[in-house]
Amino acid sequence: MNEFKGQTLSWQIVNGAIELALHRDPCNEIGSLTLEELEKFAAALPGLANEVQALIIHSTLKAGFSAGADLRELFQRGQEMEKGAALREVREFLERIHSVMNALDATPLTTIAAVHGVTFGGGFELALVCDIIVADRMARFCFPELRLGLIPGFGGIPRSKRDLGNAVVRDLLLTGRSFNVMKAQQIGLVSQIAAEGEALRVARATASQVGKFDRRTAAAAKAFVKPIPYEELKREIDIFCDLYSRPTVAEGLRRFVENEGAQPYLP
Amino acid sequence: MPTADHTLDEILNLAAAHFKVPREKLTPDDDFFRTLGIDSLQALDLLTRLEHHFRIELPDYELQGVSDFRTLANRIQARL
Repeated sequence: MNEFKGQTLSWQIVNGAIELALHRDPCNEIGSLTLEELEKFAAALPGLANEVQALIIHSTLKAGFSAGADLRELFQRGQEMEKGAALREVREFLERIHSVMNALDATPLTTIAAVHGVTFGGGFELALVCDIIVADRMARFCFPELRLGLIPGFGGIPRSKRDLGNAVVRDLLLTGRSFNVMKAQQIGLVSQIAAEGEALRVARATASQVGKFDRRTAAAAKAFVKPIPYEELKREIDIFCDLYSRPTVAEGLRRFVENEGAQPYLP
Repeated sequence: MPTADHTLDEILNLAAAHFKVPREKLTPDDDFFRTLGIDSLQALDLLTRLEHHFRIELPDYELQGVSDFRTLANRIQARL
């Protein structure tokens, strides 16, 4: 399937690269519908990989790349279901999103995240699966999960440990603070900074450059330099599920979802 | 190092220019959410612009509960 237009995302081949565009209002929150469409993409990826050299993931929305998991859906499903069933559903969701993330991480294509604005939580974790992150000058990154009594659940901890210094990961994770592109480049997360509104253009130029090289060589180099921490990824799901069932999480989600002020509830 | 008054003035100038509000309508004790008509996402945008302008890092937890320009300027001044 060379082209797809879904409700939350679309993809097409442009100049030898697959462009996966996220477009679910208000800021690409990743819930069950996005997951279904990401799974479609992951299933199509091996076929697409034969025709292109690179994959670019970007957002068409002004607010940003992605605000992360759909907390409203998570809260609502938790309220509607019996506790054990809700936990099973959360684990199933995490296992499915991990399958998608692992497929994106492992693809032999060179992958580029072109991010701008809000790149939080699961959105940050989606960027972390990519080989190269190109960030707009106004991009902002964050692991806000501890503010809700949770840890990142889409593979963010093992992948940030893989790619960044452990001391920096502890700061970002344990304070839940957001940070800008200068900091992101300083810690080695972002490799290229683009002017406001130019991240996709810069990502396309990068895709064009990587497309000049022999694919088998590029894939071998990528596999050598970017191991996938499968055991830690599984452990992350277990820890997330252990934490999820506690009342403090439901309360944190409730305060976040019900807050209508200019500043969302975040401790 | 710039004075606190200078920092406050620069914040008001930057906010007025970016959010297209007449500078004379902004005062130090204004609630910037209300005066600029911005939500939490736009507040993050403002924070990023201020960090770039002053070349500082200002963790957002230092801004929890802060809604007036004067307190914002004090937080920034402490990082200069």
